[in-house]
Amino acid sequence: MTDKLTDWTKGAEAIVYQSCDACGAVQYFDRSFCAACGAPDPAQKRASGTATVYATSLVCRAATPETRAHVPYNIVLVDAEEGFRMMAHGDDDLAIGDKVTARYRQFAGRLVPYFERIK
Amino acid sequence: MSFITGVGLTSYGKHEGSSSLDLMSKAAELAIADAGLKRSEIDGILCGYSTVSPHIMLATVFAEHFGIQPSYAHAVQVGGATGLAMTMLAHHLVDAGVAKHVLVVGGENRLTGQSRDASIQALAQVGHPDYEVTLGPTIPAYYGLVASRYMHEYGVTQEDLAEFAVLMRAHALAHPGAQFHEPITVADVMASKPVAMPLKLLDCCPVSDGGAAFVISRGPTSATGIRVRGCAQAHTHQHVTAAPRLSELGAEIAIAKAKAASGVAISDVRYAAVYDSFTITLAMLLEDLGLAGRGEAAARVRAGHFGRNGAMPLNTHGGLLSYGHCGVGGAMAHLVETHLQMTERAGPRQVRDASIALLHGDGGVLSSHVSMFLERVR
Repeated sequence: MTDKLTDWTKGAEAIVYQSCDACGAVQYFDRSFCAACGAPDPAQKRASGTATVYATSLVCRAATPETRAHVPYNIVLVDAEEGFRMMAHGDDDLAIGDKVTARYRQFAGRLVPYFERIK
Repeated sequence: MSFITGVGLTSYGKHEGSSSLDLMSKAAELAIADAGLKRSEIDGILCGYSTVSPHIMLATVFAEHFGIQPSYAHAVQVGGATGLAMTMLAHHLVDAGVAKHVLVVGGENRLTGQSRDASIQALAQVGHPDYEVTLGPTIPAYYGLVASRYMHEYGVTQEDLAEFAVLMRAHALAHPGAQFHEPITVADVMASKPVAMPLKLLDCCPVSDGGAAFVISRGPTSATGIRVRGCAQAHTHQHVTAAPRLSELGAEIAIAKAKAASGVAISDVRYAAVYDSFTITLAMLLEDLGLAGRGEAAARVRAGHFGRNGAMPLNTHGGLLSYGHCGVGGAMAHLVETHLQMTERAGPRQVRDASIALLHGDGGVLSSHVSMFLERVR
């Protein structure tokens, strides 16, 4: 197996997903197998960062001192053009259906993906 | 065959100085007395979990504390669906002859035993540790995501959702054990503090102390038998990121299987007890279960359909939204109230006819579902 690509969960400005050579399924959560068919070693790929907003929730009440410093912040689910869904942050005024592109921001001491509307 | 032979419920709200075991014990004692049994007759124990006092063997910790030496005991963890999941398991255990009287118990000092932030933070951990929790979502945010999508697809408004909070509060006013006793209006819900939009404070259930318990037995122990007619589960995902479609979740799968297992149709149902952690949860589940058309549940609330005197009385104790939510015990209160209604012991809250009831529990973020039909047999 080749070295793993590093993504935002490890501090790199990248969104990584996996696609299965056997059945063609794509998955976002990293695994050593395809959750659809069970085949080993799905291929790692870097996503373009282009996506469509699926759902949003502007968090106004946070539960930790670190996150409270950022309120309000918009938690979004986006559908990436590669076919997987992911959770991220985004502009406060994003609407469902908006076309967005990934940027990165610091949040509570970590790097997180942040989606902006494509102008 | 199995029967719910006894129920026990504490008030919800603050129980200063009570531990999770204290609240479980209190509810268990009430349920066993209600069933007309002695402690020594309980031969099975199922319990939930306590976020305040986590333990890897809570069922036997409780059994020892309570003074029972059961022949079957363990804890069950399915989030908010735990109470009904335990009831389903107890049903199968007594049906299979493994135990004769199974005590199902949940209780937690979630309000006074830890800070509200600690509680919210503990629950947020149902999210994916790498791909979700790092983004700072809260439980209301997970449900806020679901709400935004559901509202988008079916034209549901924030005012629509507010109706469910108002209804649950109106019901709670008639129950002395409920956490909240001040009436609220749609305007109050709309003006309440934003938590995770579109959900505001009054769209969210509170954090409570409390306990609830049932006894599930092979045969009735009194003249009126409340039989488990059929039940089923569905588990479609864990993390909201991995949900199949926010508008087509497991409740529809669970209810279809429960209908098949019981031979009961929605048109037979006279009383409904449906999980209501947030207003959106209740709105979606009512529509998923077929108790209202898509996007029509709020209109049915406005028309009085789900009121005490309506065609389908719903959560007449006030639900999680206004009776309160103490974790596993939270939705167990729905079953206690259903039992009181079915046995015509609900006093001023009594509905005309609760001969067949539908209960539905949801755990995680609409990820784990249990549907159950109960029937009164003489």
